[in-house]
Amino acid sequence: MSKELIRLQDLVMEFDGEQILDGINLTINDHEFLTLLGPSGCGKTTTLRIIGGFLNPTSGDVFFDGKRINDVPPYDRQINTVFQRYALFPHLDVYDNIAFGLKVAKLPKAQIHERVQEMLAVVGLKGYENRRTDSLSGGQQQRVAIARALVNRPKVLLLDEPLAALDLRLRKDMQNELKRIQQAMGITFVYVTHDQEEALSMSDTVIVMDKGRIQQIGKPEDIYNEPQNAFVADFIGESNILDGVMLADYKVKFFGRTFKCLDAGFAPNEPVDVVIRPEDIDFVPPEEGHLTGTVTSVTFKGLNYDIIVDFKGFKWLIQTTDHQAVGSTVGIRLNPEDIHIMHKSEYSGMFGDYSSYSAEYDELTEDADDEEE
Amino acid sequence: MKKNNSLLLSTPYILWMLVFTLIPLGVVAYYALTDPNTGVFTFSNITQLQLYLPVLGQSIWYSLISALICLVLGYPVAYFIAHQKPVAQKILYMLVMLPMCMSFLLRTLAWVGLLQDTGIINNLLSAIGLPRLQLIRTPAAVILGMVYNYLPYMILPLYAVIVKIDKRLIEAAEDLGCTPVKVFTKVVLPLSVPGILSGVTMVFVPAVSTFYISQKLGGIDTVLIGDAIERLFKQANNPNLGAALSLVLMALVFICTGIMNRFGSDEEGGVIV
Repeated sequence: MSKELIRLQDLVMEFDGEQILDGINLTINDHEFLTLLGPSGCGKTTTLRIIGGFLNPTSGDVFFDGKRINDVPPYDRQINTVFQRYALFPHLDVYDNIAFGLKVAKLPKAQIHERVQEMLAVVGLKGYENRRTDSLSGGQQQRVAIARALVNRPKVLLLDEPLAALDLRLRKDMQNELKRIQQAMGITFVYVTHDQEEALSMSDTVIVMDKGRIQQIGKPEDIYNEPQNAFVADFIGESNILDGVMLADYKVKFFGRTFKCLDAGFAPNEPVDVVIRPEDIDFVPPEEGHLTGTVTSVTFKGLNYDIIVDFKGFKWLIQTTDHQAVGSTVGIRLNPEDIHIMHKSEYSGMFGDYSSYSAEYDELTEDADDEEE
Repeated sequence: MKKNNSLLLSTPYILWMLVFTLIPLGVVAYYALTDPNTGVFTFSNITQLQLYLPVLGQSIWYSLISALICLVLGYPVAYFIAHQKPVAQKILYMLVMLPMCMSFLLRTLAWVGLLQDTGIINNLLSAIGLPRLQLIRTPAAVILGMVYNYLPYMILPLYAVIVKIDKRLIEAAEDLGCTPVKVFTKVVLPLSVPGILSGVTMVFVPAVSTFYISQKLGGIDTVLIGDAIERLFKQANNPNLGAALSLVLMALVFICTGIMNRFGSDEEGGVIV
């Protein structure tokens, strides 16, 4: 894509002896929509706050346009932030909130007025100029926060879980809105979220983080289709992850059977993690299947059924539009393109087993992720 | 049901207020508006009060200066406490409250011991060969006494408001280009306004009606309205005029707090005591 704008080099961050960031290296290009994605405590907000200048890294450097900016205070950076839960000024009305940065910069009154009006139009809040911020809905406050940051025409906009407090419908609308604004204004967005769907649908580049380290950097499609380890495979969408052995290029063995696959470049007989996405699996009559198993649970999800199938004690999640009765014996076929091979990692064996799967569990973990740091 | 219960529970205080506040107030009003000799309804007590206008002006003036000094001294302290770790905050809060645990009379008398002509400060001065100074019986001594006694009443409401200012608002201001000085003037100070109004009220109201401080630390020319009232009752034996003066003072305090409250509610849902 275009030229490099921000570079983070060997960022390490420690709080009270606890390591929050462990050697972050990444490059953010001009005009890019880049998302830092990960569970609570993975270090994504800390990374964002270092870019914004609110935190100083324990070691490592931040470059902006090729210049080291570690010691540049937030007010001298060409970067603005949309804060988690907005942080609007309660003593100012909508107009004065948006005009805040321009007034601090001492722009002429007429110009301030023009730019505030322009931003009000962009975020669809014309006519709300004199409203108190606490009389606005969450979505409206959100728009004020975005307008307040964008009106300064920053080179980079940092967004810290900006949609976390909104309900689902509003969140979807705002996702489209943000993407539209980013493209219309040509500003680099650095977006922090724990919501993988949000990350995949909005970003040019996704950075998956966990335990203060970058797990994978890539385009949304690549992150989904070619996860680099069990953590990424599990965090982005649903995955069945199995132990396997790479016999040779394009040949992997698991469940005592050899399958063709599309992966190569592994050492002979290297133990690997095998990822099979639940939606890639097709049911066939038992006698035609590569594997046969017993259906243990079926959950209707609207678009599809979540079906748990027990293959000799290992339970898989399969998403399909075909209904199967609980207790029936089913067969599955796996095509080479359905099988993704990953090197073993520290996450091997921690994810991808649906033995204890239940729909409620899924929802619980999502709620628990809402609070970040 | 619930309403009846709460009414029942608050009855003792309502009775208390009736007997010891509202009825005495009525008595004050009665005395203020009747002739000392004949007991006939009259405004003459009120009209006579113009004699006391200078004293009233002086009281307001001293109290305002005290409140202002308290604000200037108290704000940095409140700000400092609010930005400490929670444990340190509790300890410092206790320290600010500590003087309030001591008797008000004792605290004022201690200043007499320090400031009087043969007091500690003057003895020290003469011991090192410097001339003695006129410290006590000056307006400065009265204001000092007010500031010393009422400073905690300024710090505590300020602290309560400052500690609640969302740290992210400060970050947002920095993010939008504010230097530390501008963060203070554009965000922290405006958001402290309810605390400032509350603190000024809490200092001004007791200061304007005090009499002990001015009697102990002041001189002939620092008579305050509280002193005047006390004298009218105790020495001049003119309870009617005293009552009239009390009534006017009360009205004044009401008007002042009313103005403060008006300011407050315009700003930030003002929590004024």
